[in-house]
Amino acid sequence: MKRIALLGMPNAGKSTFFNRLTGASARVGNWPGVTVDLLGAKVLIGANMVEAIDLPGIYDLQGFSEDEEVVRRFLSLNQVDLAVVIVNTAQIERQLSLVLQLKHLGVPMMVLLNMSDEAKKLGITIDTQQLSGLLDCPVALISAKYGNGYQGAYQLIQKELSGNRPPVTVNLASPPLAEPALEAEMAQVIAASVQIPAHASDQLTQRMDRVLLHPIAGLPIFFFIMFLLFQGIFILGKPIQDGLAWLFQLIRTSALEPLLSILPAPVTGLLLDGIYNGVGTVASFVPLIVLFFLFMALVEDSGYLSRAAFLMDALMAKLGLDGRSFVMVLMGFGCNVPALMGTRVMRSRPLRLLTMLVIPFSLCSARLQVFVFFIAALFTPRQAPLVLFSLYMMSFATTLLSALLFKSKFANSEPFILEMPPYRFPTWRQMVLRGWQEVHHFMHRATKFIIIGVVLVYVLTNFPTNVAPASSGTIAGWLGTSLAPILDPIGINMQLAIALIFGFVAKEIVIGSLAVIYGMDGGALMSTMASQIDWVQAYSFMLFTLIYTPCLSTIATIRTESRSRSFTLLALVWPLTLAWVVSFVFYRSARAFGY
Amino acid sequence: MRPSVPFSTLLSSLHAGQFAIISGLDAQNELYLRLTAMGLRIGKQVQLLRSAAFSGPLHVRVGTTDIMLRKSEAARVQVVPVDDAANV
Repeated sequence: MKRIALLGMPNAGKSTFFNRLTGASARVGNWPGVTVDLLGAKVLIGANMVEAIDLPGIYDLQGFSEDEEVVRRFLSLNQVDLAVVIVNTAQIERQLSLVLQLKHLGVPMMVLLNMSDEAKKLGITIDTQQLSGLLDCPVALISAKYGNGYQGAYQLIQKELSGNRPPVTVNLASPPLAEPALEAEMAQVIAASVQIPAHASDQLTQRMDRVLLHPIAGLPIFFFIMFLLFQGIFILGKPIQDGLAWLFQLIRTSALEPLLSILPAPVTGLLLDGIYNGVGTVASFVPLIVLFFLFMALVEDSGYLSRAAFLMDALMAKLGLDGRSFVMVLMGFGCNVPALMGTRVMRSRPLRLLTMLVIPFSLCSARLQVFVFFIAALFTPRQAPLVLFSLYMMSFATTLLSALLFKSKFANSEPFILEMPPYRFPTWRQMVLRGWQEVHHFMHRATKFIIIGVVLVYVLTNFPTNVAPASSGTIAGWLGTSLAPILDPIGINMQLAIALIFGFVAKEIVIGSLAVIYGMDGGALMSTMASQIDWVQAYSFMLFTLIYTPCLSTIATIRTESRSRSFTLLALVWPLTLAWVVSFVFYRSARAFGY
Repeated sequence: MRPSVPFSTLLSSLHAGQFAIISGLDAQNELYLRLTAMGLRIGKQVQLLRSAAFSGPLHVRVGTTDIMLRKSEAARVQVVPVDDAANV
């Protein structure tokens, strides 16, 4: 099978083109370094199956960050029939350096001038025939996002692959093109084939930056936007979640209970009180999560993340981090795992490790479900959004505190040079795709963790069978009671303790297991919680859930990305300790003040 | 307006809105590679758009690319200020 590799500088649109070519749904975003790993897909081009590989973006072939190493290793170990080099047309005068480096290495290639729509708006014109002649390879203008020129590019790839040219392995050991020669060649090619107006810049971006990056107003605007986003998710998402919870209850009472009444009681119990209650309660949060990720996609695609990096870098520098660390922390609000992998764009190991240490404090969407549930149960609708916001603030505070405490251990001096892409807006197609991906991701986790988790909780809370379910006589009760010396001082009762234990595997299980422990779902569970614990206990529990050891996937990712057992142990023990201390301080002081 | 005499300064010392031509790069290996990959090459025109609060990074335009870099990195880039883009 022939193999094509997509190459190019970060944020040139390789993944967008890859998705269009293969029908895959690689994650895209307006941020240099969204793709940090190889992504392959088989695709029918003409009459042949072809393997297409989406590679992380690289600035040059000599770079040493982890993601650039991924590309180098791939190119030197694998045979490639065609390198499809994706260039951001608007920045061709800069990105041509990579094209020329590849040409110098003798890689069989073709060049796709992407984002031709943006280049056209800027008044940049390109003589593609002339350029093709100078580069000695096919060149085509496309817009991977909107699809302009895609058919032509597809046919070009097909034509390039139809010959009998043998595949090559790139010899990266050969000396790179010397800088003066490279610069001279770039200048010559640009002069002959590209016309750039004297003041080519995106007017809209300029005007928006004048406000959003304002020296004084920039930071307050940033925090206000974040506040609006978080509030928006809660205010829009909560009614949908309530509606779904009601629907699941209706299905249970009107359809499932009558249908399953023929089965023996223990089986019905496991199916309804175990799996259905558990999974149903968690599933009612899916719309909230989808909504959350739609907002995230909008922020990621807009280019505002780079602005956040710009605004926050000064503060981050004082914490031993940089603007990119802050962006990863923001991405962690979606899910910690991709954020941890995103640190691969960093060259310095101490900087990477310190960033990976603080990312798990980001209040991820799985924890969001737990909080929305508890907040709705124990606080008034007026208080609810503010309580949630306080948890987001707490998430930032623990991030800052941890970085401050550990920065001397992970001292670094990595240069901070980053692209500031123009503002862009995702297409509807991209938004829908992203939302669907998250539902898919949830279903995947649901089958993997939640069903197994809730079944396990059901078994633990119902055996031995001669005592009341979830009482102290059951296995779960015994587990919860044995943790009492540690968790009692922070106001966490036996039932919550069991949920916490399972929350270590995945935070999605927390609510599911509570549903199983109490044998009820949605609304009924909420009112029971409200009668069993007070708001101080609930807030202490939420603080603990926010800070303590992230889920198993996060720990596994930290282990593989850091390749260090001692660091993984630190990333496990430190949050656990901090969680207990913060909850203890909160719980004891709240009680001391008479709440 | 008095005739401008070319003098060399650092990218980090420009004021917001000012244009300059890059005259030297005091960087090796990795930093050099990153600077050139971002388009900061000798002879290119740059404009300092703004700098972030609390001595944060600089927002610089080189050609059609906008980049941000810290003051410490910008201090490695020698530039000769020019009156405006038209002088080039």
